[in-house]
Amino acid sequence: MSQVYKSLSIANPDTLSWSPLQKLTSAIGIAGLTILIAATFGVTFPNATAWLIASLGLMTVGVVSFSYVTYLQQPAGIKNNNIWHDRISSRGISAWVAGVAITAFYIVLYQYPQVLGLGSDGAANTGLVALFDPLSQWIKGVPASQWFVYGTLYTLAIIIFGIRYIWKYRHNKYQVLRTISVMFFQTGFAFLIPELMEGLNKSTYNKWFDKDMKNMWPLDYDFFFDWHWEGMISNGSIGLFMLILGIAMIFFISPLLTYLYGKRWYCSWVCGCGGLAETAGDPFRQLSDKSLKAWKIERWVIHLVLVFVTIMTIAVLYTQMGNNPEQYWLTRDMFAIGISILLLGVIGLVYYLKDKHPDLQQDAGKIIMGVLAVIVAILLINYFIGSGNAFFIDAYSLRSAYGFYIGAIFSGIIGVGFYPLMGSRVWCRYGCPMAGLLGLQQKFFSRFRITTNGGQCISCGNCSTYCEMGIDVRSYAQKGQNIVRASCVGCGVCAAVCPRGVLRLENGSDDIYEKTLDIRVDGVRLSE
Amino acid sequence: MKIIIIGNGISGITAARYIRKLSDHEITVISSESAHHYSRPALMYMYMGHMRYVDTKPYEDHFWTKNRISLLQDHVTEIDYQQKTLSTKGLNAPMPYDKLIIAVGSMPNKFGWPGQDLKGVGGFYSLQDLEQIEAYSKGLKRAVVVGGGLIGIELAEMYHSRHIPVTMIVRESSYWENVLPAEESAMITRHIQSRGIDLRLGVNLGEIIDDGSGTACAVTVKETGERIDCGYVGLTAGVRPNVDWLKSSDLHIEKGIVVNHHLETSIPDVYAIGDCAQITEPVSGRRAIEAVWYTGRMMGQTVAKNICGVTTAYDPGIWFNSAKFIDIEYQVYGDVPTNPVDGISSIYWEHPDGEQSVRILYRSDTQVVTGFNLMGIRFRHEVCEKWLRDQATIEAVMSRLELAHFDPEFYQRHYEDIMAVYRQQTGSSITAKPSRGLNRVLQFLKA
Ligand SMILES: Cc1cc2nc3c(=O)[nH]c(=O)nc-3n(C[C@H](O)[C@H](O)[C@H](O)COP(=O)(O)OP(=O)(O)OC[C@H]3O[C@@H](n4cnc5c(N)ncnc54)[C@H](O)[C@@H]3O)c2cc1C
Ligand code: SF4
Ligand code: SF4
Repeated sequence: MSQVYKSLSIANPDTLSWSPLQKLTSAIGIAGLTILIAATFGVTFPNATAWLIASLGLMTVGVVSFSYVTYLQQPAGIKNNNIWHDRISSRGISAWVAGVAITAFYIVLYQYPQVLGLGSDGAANTGLVALFDPLSQWIKGVPASQWFVYGTLYTLAIIIFGIRYIWKYRHNKYQVLRTISVMFFQTGFAFLIPELMEGLNKSTYNKWFDKDMKNMWPLDYDFFFDWHWEGMISNGSIGLFMLILGIAMIFFISPLLTYLYGKRWYCSWVCGCGGLAETAGDPFRQLSDKSLKAWKIERWVIHLVLVFVTIMTIAVLYTQMGNNPEQYWLTRDMFAIGISILLLGVIGLVYYLKDKHPDLQQDAGKIIMGVLAVIVAILLINYFIGSGNAFFIDAYSLRSAYGFYIGAIFSGIIGVGFYPLMGSRVWCRYGCPMAGLLGLQQKFFSRFRITTNGGQCISCGNCSTYCEMGIDVRSYAQKGQNIVRASCVGCGVCAAVCPRGVLRLENGSDDIYEKTLDIRVDGVRLSE
Repeated sequence: MKIIIIGNGISGITAARYIRKLSDHEITVISSESAHHYSRPALMYMYMGHMRYVDTKPYEDHFWTKNRISLLQDHVTEIDYQQKTLSTKGLNAPMPYDKLIIAVGSMPNKFGWPGQDLKGVGGFYSLQDLEQIEAYSKGLKRAVVVGGGLIGIELAEMYHSRHIPVTMIVRESSYWENVLPAEESAMITRHIQSRGIDLRLGVNLGEIIDDGSGTACAVTVKETGERIDCGYVGLTAGVRPNVDWLKSSDLHIEKGIVVNHHLETSIPDVYAIGDCAQITEPVSGRRAIEAVWYTGRMMGQTVAKNICGVTTAYDPGIWFNSAKFIDIEYQVYGDVPTNPVDGISSIYWEHPDGEQSVRILYRSDTQVVTGFNLMGIRFRHEVCEKWLRDQATIEAVMSRLELAHFDPEFYQRHYEDIMAVYRQQTGSSITAKPSRGLNRVLQFLKA
C-alpha cells in the first residue's frame, strides 16, 4: 500500500518532451548564447558588431518565439501544465547544469573579470567584454566593462523573459501591468538613463556615482560611502538631485508607498532584482521551500543582514564625519546623537503601536526594540568616550566584508545562480536588507494584505506551491485568515493560480491593526 | 478517552484537529488510502504536473506528532459495536475505542454497465485511481470519460493537458444542466468544445468492450451503437457513500449512514461525518447528503464539539460552492435553481465574449435576494452571505454590487452593465452607490 503514494510524489515518472517547434526555438536561443560562451572562452570574432547583434538577436528571437508557440498559441489561462514533469523546472539534470553555469558566471564576474576579457591597465578588452565594445562605444563612447556586459544581458533577460511572462499571464491584467513596469524600470532607469548620462558626462567620469534613480539604501548599500557621496556632491545639480532623491526615497517616498500598497510597489513593480526573478526566474518559482523550518531560517538571516547593513552604514558614516564643526557642519557627536534620536523614535513608535497591534506584542516587536536599543547604546557610549570607530571595529573592514559576502556572494552568486535549484527569490527572501526593512513596515504598518474568500478554500496547495517567497499561503487561506507576511512581495501569483478564486491582494486602512486576526476560523462560520 | 476516526479525508482530519483543540483525548486516525491527509480536489493537479503529491498535503508531516494525533495507514474490515472494538487488515488484535467517528467518504458510481469491471476501466476518486490512470496514460491513443459533472470535466482536462484525445459521454443534453441554469450550462458546453474535447451530449454508455484479454479496448454509445476505440475508460457518473462494507451490521444505513443533527448514528458513541453521512432532517433547502469539501469540514468541527461536551447542532449555513471548468471559474451562493421557478426572478448578465456571467435571483413578491451564480467572475463570499442572511432586497444589492467585487486589481468591472440589465428588465431607475474599495466592504460587513 505504501509505495502507491510514494511513486506519486514525483507525479509523472516520465519527463515531458518538448514539441518540435519548442525544440527548434530553444535551439535558436541557445545558438545565440553559444556565441557569448565562445567569446568567453577566447574565440575572437572578426566583426564584433555583427556577432554581437547576431548573439543578442538570436537569443531574443529564440525566447520570444518559444514563448509564442508555448503560450500565445494556447487559449489564455493558467499555464502550469507539466511544470513538475519538465527537467528544467523540477530540479532535473538541466536545472543543475544551468545552476552551476550561472553560479560560475557570477564568480567570474565578481572575482575574475579578466577571464571575461576585461583589459587591465589600459589594455584593450578581449573575449566577451570586447564583443560588447561596439555597443558601449555607441551608447557612451567608451569601451565596455564587465559591468556593462552584465547590465546589458540583465536588461535583455528582463525584456525577453518579460514578454514570455506577459503572454503566459495575458488574461491577468495585474500581472501584465506589473511586468511592463519592471521592464520599464530596468530598461529606462537602471540601464539606459545611467549609461547615457555617463556618456554625456565623461569629464567627471572618475568621480562615479550611481545614477539609477530607483536604487535605494539599504539595497544600494554604498549610497553613504565617502566616494559615492563625493561623486554626487562633485557632480553639480544632477549629483545633488540624486543625493536629495536618495534621502527622500529612504525617509519619505518609500515609507509612504509601502504604507499605501505594501512592499510590492518596490519588490515586484520596480526593483531590478525582483524584475529578474519575476521574468527570467518565473519557471523556477515553485522550487521555493515552504516548510516551517525554512521560514524560521529566513527570518533570522534576513534580519541579521538588515542589522549588519545598518551597523555597517552607521559605522562608515561615523568614521567619515570630522570632529571639527568648522570643517564640516555635521560632526561625529551630532551624528551619534541624531541617529540615536531617530532610532529611539522608531522604538517609541513600536512601543506606542504595541497595544493596538496583536503581532507587535509577540517576539518581533521585542526583537526590533532590542536590536535598536543595542545600537543606540553603543553609539552613546561612543559619544561619551569619543572613539574614532563607531562600533569599536574598523568601518572599512566592515564595509568590505559586507560588500563581499552580502553584495557579491549572496545577492549575485547565490541569489541568481541558485534560481534553478532553490527558486527565483533566494536573495529577496533570505538576504535583501531592503526587503527586510520594507517587510517590517508591511507587516506592522501598511494597508496591504491578501484577503481570503470566506470558506471557499479547498486546501489544494496551488497558492503555496507557486509562491516564490515560500509562504505557505494555504495555511492561512484554509483558515479563512488574511495573509499578512513580511516577505510577501505582492506578485499576485497565488491569487492568479487559485482555482477557487480565494485570494485577493488588497489595501484598506480601516482594520490596519486587526488585519491578521482570524476572520473565519477554518473557513467555517457555524452558528453557536 | 480513546477516540478512533476512520478516514483521513477533510472531515475526519478536521474532527481530529478540533478534538485536539478542545481536549486531551487520545486520538487515532485510521485510513487506508494514504499515510497522511492530502487534498482530494488536488488530485488532478498531480497528474497535470502543477504539483507533486507532497504539495497537496495541507500539513507538514511533523504536525501530527506535535499535536499528538496518531496516524495508522490500515484498512478497517469490521466494527464490533457491542465490544467497542474494530478490526483491521494489518492488526492482529481488535482495537478498542470509546468513541468512533466514521468518515469514510464516497466511492464512484457504477450502474451495472457491461464491462465495467474490466482492466483499463476505473473511477476517479483516490490516489490509487490516479495511479492507475497514470499507468494507462503511456502511449494512450484515446480515453473515454463517462458522465458529466465536476469530476468528469477534471478528468477530461487532465488528459487534455497531456495531449491525449478524450471523448466525453454525457447523459444530459447540455453540460451539467441538472445543476446549472440553461445559459451557464450552454457556456460551459461551448467552453469544453472550444478546447477540442469530443463532447457527446444526450447519450449513454452502451457497453465497454473486452479486447479478449480482459482489458477494455472500446466503448459503444447506447443510442447510436457507435463504437469508440479507446485505451482507458473513466467512470465519473457521480459518487455515493462508501458504506457497502458496513451494511451487515446494526448500524442504520439508507443511502448513507443516517445521523441526527448532532451527527450521532443509531448506535451510541458512534458518529458519522462527511460524504458518507446522511442527515435525517436537513435544514430547509439543503440535501441529506452533500458530498462536498466544505460540508465535510463543517461536520468535522461540529462532531468535535459534540464529543468534547459542547453540544452543537450541525448547521451548514448558507449554501456555497465553487469549481473550475477548464479555464472558467464558477461560484455559487444561496439557491440557484436549474429551471425558472415561479415567484423567483432572475437577472442575468453575460459578457459578449461568452465566458463570464453574473446571475442574481430574488423573490418577485418580497424582492428579497435568494442566490448568486457567477461564471468567470469572483465575488466576495462574506458579502454575498451577508446579503442572503440579512434578506437584502434586489435594489439594495444592485446599487452596491461592487461591494462583492473580488476579481484581481485592474480587472475590468462590469457592474454598470449588470445594473443596466436590471434597469431594462424591471424599469427601475436605480443608480450605483459608492461601493469601491476594501474599507467600504469592511464597514458594510461590520454594520
Ligand atoms: C477528483 C475530485 C475532485 C473534487 N473536487 C472538489 C471540489 O473542488 N470542491 C468540493 O467541495 N469537493 C470536491 N470533491 C469532493 C470532496 O473531495 C469530498 O467531498 C471530500 O473529500 C469528502 O471528504 P471525506 O472526509 O468525507 O471523505 P474522503 O475524503 O473520501 O476520505 C475518506 C477516507 O477514508 C478512507 N477509508 C474508507 N474506508 C475505509 C476503511 N474501511 N478503512 C480505512 N480507511 C477507509 C478512504 O481511503 C479515504 O481516504 C472532489 C472529489 C473528487 C474525487
Ligand atoms: S503570498 Fe502571493 S503575492 Fe505574496 S509573494 Fe507569495 S505568491 Fe506572491
Ligand atoms: S487558496 Fe486557493 S490555491 Fe490556495 S489552497 Fe486554497 S483553493 Fe488552493
